[in-house]
Amino acid sequence: MDAVAWAMIPLQPTSASSIADGVDQLYLFLTGITLFFTVLIFSIIFYFMIKYRRRSNEEVPPEVHSSLILELTWTIIPSLICVVIFVWASELYVRNARPPDASTEIFVIGKQWMWHIQHPEGPREINELHVPVNEPVKVTMTSQDVIHDFYIPAFRVKKDVLPGRYTSIWFQATQTGTFHLFCAQYCGTDHAEMIGWIYVMTPTDYTAWLAGGEKTISMTQRGEQLYSQFGCVGCHAPGDSASGPSLVGLYGKPQKLSNGQTQVLDEDAIRQSLMVPNSVSVAGYKNNMPTYKGQMTEEQVMDLIAFVKSLGSQEKENGK
Amino acid sequence: MSTATVDIHEVPAESGEVNYLNATYGIRSWLLTLDHKRIGLLYLVSITIMFVIGGIAAMLMRINLIEPQGALVEPETYNKLFSTHGIIMVFFFLVPSIPATLGNFLIPLMIGARDVAFPKLNLMSWYIFVTGASLALYSLMTGGVDTGWTFYTPYSSTYSHSAVIAVALGVFIAGFSSILTGLNFIVTIHKMRAPGMTWFRLPLFIWAMYATSLIFVLATPVIAITIFLLGLERLLHVGIFDPALGGDPLLFQHMFWFYSHPAVYIMILPGMGVVSELITAFSRKKIFGYSFVAFSSLSIAVISFVVWGHHMFVTGQSVYAGLVFSVLSFLVAIPSAVKVFNWTATLYKGSISYEAPMLYALGFIGLFTMGGLTGLFLASLAVDVHLNGTYFIVAHFHYVMVGGAVMAFMGGLHFWWPKMTGRLYPDVWARLAAAIIFIGFNLTFFPQFVLGYLGMPRRYAIYPAEFQVLNVMSSAGASILGIGYLIPLIYLTWSMRYGKPAGPNPWGAKGLEWTIPSPPPTENFEEIPIVTEEAYNYAGTNTVSHV
Repeated sequence: MDAVAWAMIPLQPTSASSIADGVDQLYLFLTGITLFFTVLIFSIIFYFMIKYRRRSNEEVPPEVHSSLILELTWTIIPSLICVVIFVWASELYVRNARPPDASTEIFVIGKQWMWHIQHPEGPREINELHVPVNEPVKVTMTSQDVIHDFYIPAFRVKKDVLPGRYTSIWFQATQTGTFHLFCAQYCGTDHAEMIGWIYVMTPTDYTAWLAGGEKTISMTQRGEQLYSQFGCVGCHAPGDSASGPSLVGLYGKPQKLSNGQTQVLDEDAIRQSLMVPNSVSVAGYKNNMPTYKGQMTEEQVMDLIAFVKSLGSQEKENGK
Repeated sequence: MSTATVDIHEVPAESGEVNYLNATYGIRSWLLTLDHKRIGLLYLVSITIMFVIGGIAAMLMRINLIEPQGALVEPETYNKLFSTHGIIMVFFFLVPSIPATLGNFLIPLMIGARDVAFPKLNLMSWYIFVTGASLALYSLMTGGVDTGWTFYTPYSSTYSHSAVIAVALGVFIAGFSSILTGLNFIVTIHKMRAPGMTWFRLPLFIWAMYATSLIFVLATPVIAITIFLLGLERLLHVGIFDPALGGDPLLFQHMFWFYSHPAVYIMILPGMGVVSELITAFSRKKIFGYSFVAFSSLSIAVISFVVWGHHMFVTGQSVYAGLVFSVLSFLVAIPSAVKVFNWTATLYKGSISYEAPMLYALGFIGLFTMGGLTGLFLASLAVDVHLNGTYFIVAHFHYVMVGGAVMAFMGGLHFWWPKMTGRLYPDVWARLAAAIIFIGFNLTFFPQFVLGYLGMPRRYAIYPAEFQVLNVMSSAGASILGIGYLIPLIYLTWSMRYGKPAGPNPWGAKGLEWTIPSPPPTENFEEIPIVTEEAYNYAGTNTVSHV
């Protein structure tokens, strides 16, 4: 291969998020460890192969006795290296496990074979996601059918998108540009075409983008419409009734369930109480909520959640 | 036989001598045989067929990936190709490869027994395997399955329109062959050792087979249950895995990897056992740190049961679960490192020769080292998040499974081929093939590490053009690798008829199997030997005596 062809082979992916460099440093360290031990083992083998090659067929080599010190050495040193890697990788992982409080929220629904993306302000996209640069973005995801996986290589983030529950990731893009979005969990025939683009924009461009395009109402407004359309208001009106708790200030609040457990009312719990109401009935109320399984789309559930959130929460107000 | 060196020049078995190959004739004598050696050969033929078919599927995939838009087939067909490749290679080649062929052939010979504990059960295991394999193969060829070898739900249980049930049933059936073989080996190793063959005089291959058998017996039932539940959901819509039916989408993965991670060690532990035999024989040395190598096999077998969660770091499992599975995954790496260091130290002050089996063994150590070290990337939480589901995973497990397990299988096959057939193969061709396989393997799979780091997901029938150069390199390597595997198929077949007679011990190796004629007589040992020395006693005098 000539020089031009070699130059065409990239060796490192674009690094475009706040965590990417940290991951790359650890990756580089691991590559160093791998190289060191591979070269070490190969060199020793080659050295022994030449030095101790069989010189005559009658050769009987001397016995070499095992050495406890050597065994301990090559048990303990690799163990220590592993401890270092474990601590390093875990610290990075735990530190980035929780999104910052003031994150822009995005909602994603995966379905065979496309990404449906909703912005709280209203705009919806397919296989494209516009986000502002240098701001934390939290993505809440679910799947309408099989397991998918939301993967942005340039950001070093990936998480499975599961049917029947929410998973979430967050990232903070550090440069504007266009980056790959891949589905990284095999999901059927056109899995390889379930790809899209992440557009990272300056905050001004982002605001302009949100304002432009089709005029839509926000997720919260859509949720409020659904709240009356599906008759939720009958039992969950502001002010308590006998049949159901008021939704005001409910989000993020620990609830005592009729089975004695306590559950914080988060996105998954709201989804669960719409789909399988019996499993999360709140103590002190009649357990007569009907299921909305099959009657609401995943988009509508997300709209309702946005509405419940807008009614105030126990947690500090997001400011978004 | 007073010293090992005499064996090399010993006259080959006289023609006309009765051995297990010529004791009886006809297809019936093979299909109804209870001889562990013949059953080993039956398995060898079966898994070779499976390897060839799985290999063809891989070649078609590599051809398709030369072009970003797919050079050969539609995505639907591509998906069936990688599923076929994975299912055949994992369940019908790698899992039975060394245990069912070399294990069956060698365990009784190495421990000084006339057969395994339950010869009829042994034959039945083969029939069960063939039934499962035929069903799977027929369904893969006629309808095909597009779920990948991992059968993830709810895709496999609800959404796939392919022959999931039939293929999964094939895997289910073949699993019983594993369980019964494991059971047979455990009992054989416990109860059938010759007088004086204490646990710490056993060849390390036996220790490896023992650890493997434990996993066979303990883990395989879990995959059987998992497949059964998958069938219940797919056929009767019982909600187990699909949330639309009230199931849990991740339950399947927990159960699947609870089997399939130990199964990875089913595939590599026997290879480690083979390499211990090869390294000692071709350096004429006792293994360095016998008990450390033996116990590392057992600790790998035990720890392998509690690391399954590292396949699920990005599924949304809790941070704490991730931390626990991460630390356990690092822990399972240590005994493997100990083995590599001990093999290398065994070469020290040895008398090393480089026949083909040794080349495979040294290739194994190098490639397994790389495969193992790249495993550390995937045990590291923050790095795994980026690499999971990409070609890095594909490269990593092919380094372990092909660079490791298949290399060891090829080495073992070349080492014991003269014992199995009584014939020698042309050594020049064998060394050439070993070199071609080593080069072709690295060309195929090294670029995939880079592809994965760059972010190319696995199981993509088409891909963005920027990944093309590395994919073309990988496909080019695959064609070399394919040739490398074809050559032994030809000269080994050739040698069965035209090879020079091998004699009882062409390598001057230690071990009871080398004290009897090649091919061995049906009853293995005229008289059961009494063992008075440790394994690999190349330096001392041979004190094996007969009653």
